[in-house]
Amino acid sequence: MNQPLTAPLDLFFDYQRSTGPTIGAFVTGLRDGRLLGARIGDGRVLVPPPEYDPATGVPIDDFVEVGPAGTVLSYSWQDEPQPEHPLDTPFAWALVQLDGADTPLLHVLQGDRDELEVGLRVVPRWADERAGRITDLVFVPERRLSSSKPSSDPEHPSSTSQPGSDPERPLSPSTPSSAEAEPVSLINTPIALSIEHSASAQESEYLRGLARGELIGARVGPGSPVYIPPRGASPTDGVPTEEFVQVADTGTVTTFCIVNVPFLGQQITPPYVSAYVLLDGADIAIQHLILECPADEVRMGMRVQAKWRPESEWGHTLRNIEYFRPTGEPDADYETYRHHL
Amino acid sequence: MSKQPAAVLGVGQTHYTSKRLDVSMSGLVREAIDKALADARVGWDEIDAVVIGKAPDLFEGAMMPELAMADAIGATGKPLLRVHTAGSVGGSTANVAASLVQAGVHARVLAVAWEKQSESNAMWALSIPVPFSMPVGAGAGGYFAPHVRSYIRKSGAPENIGAIVAAKDRRNGARNPLAHLKQPDITVESVQASQMLWDPIRFAETCPSSDGACAMVIGNEEAADRVEEGRRVAWIQATAMRTEPTTFSGRDHINPRAGRDAAAALWRAAGVDDPFTEIDCAEIYVPFSWFEPMWLENLGFAEEFTGWRMVAEGVTAPDGALPVNMSGGVLSSNPIGASGMIRFAEAALQVMGRAGGHQLDGVRRALGHAYGGGSQYFSMWVVGADRPS
Repeated sequence: MNQPLTAPLDLFFDYQRSTGPTIGAFVTGLRDGRLLGARIGDGRVLVPPPEYDPATGVPIDDFVEVGPAGTVLSYSWQDEPQPEHPLDTPFAWALVQLDGADTPLLHVLQGDRDELEVGLRVVPRWADERAGRITDLVFVPERRLSSSKPSSDPEHPSSTSQPGSDPERPLSPSTPSSAEAEPVSLINTPIALSIEHSASAQESEYLRGLARGELIGARVGPGSPVYIPPRGASPTDGVPTEEFVQVADTGTVTTFCIVNVPFLGQQITPPYVSAYVLLDGADIAIQHLILECPADEVRMGMRVQAKWRPESEWGHTLRNIEYFRPTGEPDADYETYRHHL
Repeated sequence: MSKQPAAVLGVGQTHYTSKRLDVSMSGLVREAIDKALADARVGWDEIDAVVIGKAPDLFEGAMMPELAMADAIGATGKPLLRVHTAGSVGGSTANVAASLVQAGVHARVLAVAWEKQSESNAMWALSIPVPFSMPVGAGAGGYFAPHVRSYIRKSGAPENIGAIVAAKDRRNGARNPLAHLKQPDITVESVQASQMLWDPIRFAETCPSSDGACAMVIGNEEAADRVEEGRRVAWIQATAMRTEPTTFSGRDHINPRAGRDAAAALWRAAGVDDPFTEIDCAEIYVPFSWFEPMWLENLGFAEEFTGWRMVAEGVTAPDGALPVNMSGGVLSSNPIGASGMIRFAEAALQVMGRAGGHQLDGVRRALGHAYGGGSQYFSMWVVGADRPS
């Protein structure tokens, strides 16, 4: 059998996080250029503040301003930053114990690799425009304060909004744009996920058939149900479906719905008929569109045929069939499809 | 060795609403837990283990949130289990928590389930354009609507049955202070006049998107006996779960075998011969109104294709012989990950006599039911006033 086919599946969504009072206080502090920890029941100051005491479960609200300077407890060098990382030049991930805190904060440390060491004193460098996010700052070595200014790098102009991108940027935060600004209570959290989706070996044979304009199913053997797309194994008993069977591009609408509702990511403009079509020669229905007749004339039992796209547009996809359309034949007898409902 | 008796000692729920922007996910869950502990009259140190359930991670974009939430849910230093059965997860979570007590492993287990739909978009998450396929998916409504059409065709039910269920559940929800939708004035006619979303499912026959959490404390016989005098517990008389593939040739989509098998096992384990006469009320997972008659049949309360007659005759109304979804059901509140547990918890509340404005008189035995995925996961329990023998 040939190699399974693959295709990219890229998902993206802007999740909205409600911060609640504790995380809200921390991120509001970040927006205002302040680092907040909180004192828990055993007297320690934790940064970021936990929402609930790890030992007693009590809600935490005894906030304490910490830092801004701190000490590196450990670090790991990121030589090749990835697209999702906060900086596009090499940096360190560091555990920074801020002055006044009893636990370290994992954050980004920008500096020369050679100057990094455990025990290094660091200070935050704040972004000019801060949204109340953990990326509103990076840490830099404190000793830069007393050393001569490094020359600016013409390769990295200072117009970027990254907090660590301009070594000459002042270390203290700019004044909050509005000191009375509302606390941050909602954070936008964009999350992207890129998957290389693989079809199974048998589904790939079906997809290669589609690229030839053929509908290929499979079954365990003569007399057993024909599955399209092939499953590799019968869902009811697990026996491999090793015999490929070509089925017709005509069939019967078993049941359907009319989609009137628009939604995020929708690829077909509503209203449209989403129908289960039991192809002639198959024993399980596929889902597809019904067009070339008004939606309210689509019926259970209606006979339909595939409307293929022009051959030049065919690929390894069921989208080679643009939709199904009525054949004009008499409706199928209910008994022929009722056990597929 | 036989099972140890187990009982629901306490129930806690947040109120259900479209956006709880004042709390984080942890804060939302904690609110339900605090109420459950108070209702059970127990403290954190009396909880031996925590079992959680929520909808699939894509729904909220939080991978394994239970790890970051361990402090909030009181799981630090204790066993923490997560259950994962799509929309039925709240029910399965309760059953798993019950099994830990019934097996004699723990004396008291906290079960909690939640969803914060305001942070996400379940319709989007359920309509991912999988490569190579036709992008005809349209969320849960788009998935279930063709099967509702099949039910109507197979059973010969009149078209207004779905509207009768929707109007009943929404009116019930108006008596539940925690319900998301409160529509005391809704009518069958107004439901039928609402927009057709996924024909044959109308807007008013569809569950809302809710934020909310539900928690329960489940304890063993000794823990139940230590609950103060006069404060009732709900004994877990039977639990059942079954699963089947989403699709296979000849599958009965409107009366799935997994549901029938789970119900048969449940009634057998509970010693129930005739569920219709022996069960006083039921909380059934009905996200789209037509699923009430479908599940009445699947559960064995009605013969095949006759569930709609029970609806039409008012049997499932509050004054009927088998009141269904006195809380307003999923049609009135739907924090997906919690919706199954709410069914189980509301059944327990009816037995404990603590259902408040929607309490029925004299409930001795109640059913909690949940389903999930493409009608492929089923979980259910029977709770009652009598200690299982």
